[in-house]
Amino acid sequence: MTAPILSVKDLSVTFDVRQQGAWPWTPARKLHAVNKVNFDLKPGECLGVVGESGSGKSTLARAIVGTVPTSGGQILVDGRDLASMSPEERRVHRRDVQMVFQDPLAALNPRMTVGEIIAEPLITHEPNTPRAEVKKRVSELMERVGLLPNLINRYPHEFSGGQCQRIGIARALILRPKLLICDEPVSALDVSVQAQVVNLLMELQRDFGLSMIFIAHDLSVVKHISDEIVVMYLGTVMEQANARTLTTKPSHPYSQALISAVPIPDPVLERARPRAVIEGELPSPLNPPSGCVFRTRCPKAQASCAGDRPALLDLGNDHTVACPFHEEVDVLAAAV
Amino acid sequence: MYPDKAKMESLVEATELAEVRGRSLWSDARARFIRNKAAVGGLIILILILAFSLFGQVFQAWSNEAIDWKLVGRVTQIGGPSFENGHYFGADDLGRDLYARVVQGTGISIMVGVVGSLVAVIVGTLYGATAGYFGGRLDNIMMRTVDVLMSIPFMFVLILMLVIWGRSITMLFVGIGLISWLDMARIVRGQTLSIKNKEFVETAVAIGVRPFTIILRHIVPNLLGIVVVYATLLIPGLIMAESFISFLGLGVQEPMTSLGALIQGGSKQMLYGAWWQIAFPLFFFLATLFAFTFVGDGLRDALDPKDR
Amino acid sequence: MSLLEIKDLKVTFRTNDGPVNAVNGLSFTIDKGETLAIVGESGSGKSQTAFAAMGLLAQNGSATGEVNWDGRNLIGLSQRQMNKVRSDQIAMIFQDPMTSLNPYMRISDQMAEVLVQHKGMSKRDAIAEATRMLDAVRIPDAANRVRMYPHEFSGGMRQRVMIAMALLCRPRLLIADEPTTALDVTVQAQIMQLLGDIRQEFGTAVILITHDLGVVAGFCDRTLVMYGGQIMEEGTTEEVFAQPRHPYTKGLLQAVPRLDRDDGDLQTIAGEPPDMSRLPAGCPFSPRCATMLEQCPAVRPELVTTSDGRRRACHLSIEEVVQ
Repeated sequence: MTAPILSVKDLSVTFDVRQQGAWPWTPARKLHAVNKVNFDLKPGECLGVVGESGSGKSTLARAIVGTVPTSGGQILVDGRDLASMSPEERRVHRRDVQMVFQDPLAALNPRMTVGEIIAEPLITHEPNTPRAEVKKRVSELMERVGLLPNLINRYPHEFSGGQCQRIGIARALILRPKLLICDEPVSALDVSVQAQVVNLLMELQRDFGLSMIFIAHDLSVVKHISDEIVVMYLGTVMEQANARTLTTKPSHPYSQALISAVPIPDPVLERARPRAVIEGELPSPLNPPSGCVFRTRCPKAQASCAGDRPALLDLGNDHTVACPFHEEVDVLAAAV
Repeated sequence: MYPDKAKMESLVEATELAEVRGRSLWSDARARFIRNKAAVGGLIILILILAFSLFGQVFQAWSNEAIDWKLVGRVTQIGGPSFENGHYFGADDLGRDLYARVVQGTGISIMVGVVGSLVAVIVGTLYGATAGYFGGRLDNIMMRTVDVLMSIPFMFVLILMLVIWGRSITMLFVGIGLISWLDMARIVRGQTLSIKNKEFVETAVAIGVRPFTIILRHIVPNLLGIVVVYATLLIPGLIMAESFISFLGLGVQEPMTSLGALIQGGSKQMLYGAWWQIAFPLFFFLATLFAFTFVGDGLRDALDPKDR
Repeated sequence: MSLLEIKDLKVTFRTNDGPVNAVNGLSFTIDKGETLAIVGESGSGKSQTAFAAMGLLAQNGSATGEVNWDGRNLIGLSQRQMNKVRSDQIAMIFQDPMTSLNPYMRISDQMAEVLVQHKGMSKRDAIAEATRMLDAVRIPDAANRVRMYPHEFSGGMRQRVMIAMALLCRPRLLIADEPTTALDVTVQAQIMQLLGDIRQEFGTAVILITHDLGVVAGFCDRTLVMYGGQIMEEGTTEEVFAQPRHPYTKGLLQAVPRLDRDDGDLQTIAGEPPDMSRLPAGCPFSPRCATMLEQCPAVRPELVTTSDGRRRACHLSIEEVVQ
């Protein structure tokens, strides 16, 4: 087995939330955005992270990229722990881990030209690159992501959403990073453009030998692009399995509910499907339920769920689930 | 997927391979500014006034220091505006040429405004952006310092400084410069806080760009719009402040003068019928203020179209 | 007779860069109790169609054509008359409920206001009715929740409040503009289920405006696909999904990954959504169409009704698209 390119061990991220009107010396409340998350990413693979808003998936991405401080655990990139690095070492390390954001336009500085934006990582990490060389590399990459290189002097607001996302991808790839983290890269795009960007990412992953983390709330897209999928809820991992197993035979009640809620663009199938709609909404992350965080909405919840946090059970085949009452249910096939 | 190769090449040919110059936000703003008639009018007046203060001396028949002895003692009777004796704007109560003095006073007044505003732009922007970007304790210390400085009555301190260290134009610049950046720092900090949370700043952090480069490359250019607007609107305020001090008799020293000092001189002579001594300085004073205000408003609308 | 009939609707916006045609000669009908999906991407004109029908166009927009409701053309009605129609016959809900709720008013007051104004109810009765309605949209503890302010509700709950408000005057038609786009999937499933129940309970016809083909598949009787302000194709949802007769619909269905099967490589539609100020004279989809013919950019294809009642606007024959 090859060594993982990224290994996340017991990672926690907490935020201090100050109450309004509280005294300056009252301790802030702790918000556990990410709570003891574990996973490995093998080189060249794509790990999908799904979850609804408030599941901590974006915070997880930011912790790995290093824009949010961690409060516990380890993030090992190529075997080196990020947390133990000095700020300067970490700055240098950042060239290996790049990120693509959700809102394509907001991620581009409106006062810079496309060429300047794409070249920024290069200029930052290899400041001695001659200008002609920078321009050549930027043009090549623009062509590679499907942008006309003669648009190099244009400004972001002159591009459509899909093109802006291509610019963002080009910027992330100019240093040839080992790991690319995509945080909802297609959810702000039109349906017909989403597929273009998904295909581009998959192609680039193959051609550049990238390892990828693909975060989205849209399970259909995540399933399409990922090898492995992690399902998160309120900062905690509920289930992890390879994409096929997870979407066809999910074991955790939350994964089942999630899959059952995803609409399928096929009227016959969609109307025949029994739908397990889970009631209620996400509890406040400031005051999560004790024990299993999902128990307040879980159809299988029992008294014991309020006790200890359920451990991740290994079901074999790299399939882990955090529920003692797990049971394989083929949510989709039940329809036919 | 990206368009196929053949299609792309034909597109490239269609656009003639020339690199297309982008339409930056600045050029968009310029187009909007030019469409705004009041602002363009203000700008033209401003340019004329500036030209007047810079090149007005060329046409003056008298120096601003020379006393026309023919007029001394009879200024109210025969010192009015006249092309024959070369006093286009008339003479002041000492018999000095008012035209030359207005040229010189306008120059000083605008300079006070522009220099004060420049200090505000440079110090205020960097100070505010640094406080806002780093946040936390540094922000707290920096902004509380501003609060303390702001709570000191500015006019009182300025007057005190002028009294203690003597009335000089340098002192006036130092005094105004010390105060003018405070508001700017606050405004810039507020803006920085919102820009800081934009994803492109986060991207820059993730890329590994150094903090000060982020401030200079990503924060400041996006602040410039509001900074330019505020600076333009600050200039009339500073001109007024200087005029007020000069009006009290504490401003620039004779023989140098400013619009405020001239208005003060003129106001005393108004009673005796020497209307020109207040009318000409006042006209330039108001025209300058209006012009700056119109230009500032025009810039605000042009740079921040969302506000409308 | 159909409930709402839209005939040759055109919506134009005056902008600094000249007029922009958001909707270009749109015609459709919806029957009593029916659910119609209007599917399209950004710039398809789907939302502007609804705004025009409701008389809610922005200041710089103007609409021509007919919006026939109860034998009356709604276009050209005064704001007063439109208010009457809007309040008790056609209701609309939006993607972001916060924009249509007043943050400084209690839900009870906002809902009661509608009833007091339009139904002449007393305040007490109105609040009781509002509470009943919140109950009907399955808001737990409605009696207490009714006294809360909008920000005290979560996104899903707010959308329920909006639906309750829209239903207060028992409208015959509900226009839902991307009602679940801002919500999580599990909440989306709840809201869509609620809309389905309400439709049965109240017999309300629903126009669902969305870009999400999955939601359409589960909810709507009929589907209308728009692109560049024009109808590309229309038919029953089953037929359109099973056998799309327009290259755009076909491309769209192939471009979405599906959870229930291995997608292989996703087929894509090249290019970007249309720039409404620079549409071709012919078919708006022609610049992105893989099967474009010579006349497509120049000649606008007629919207033809086929013998089985479906409509389509394409120069290609049905067989050419389907195969």
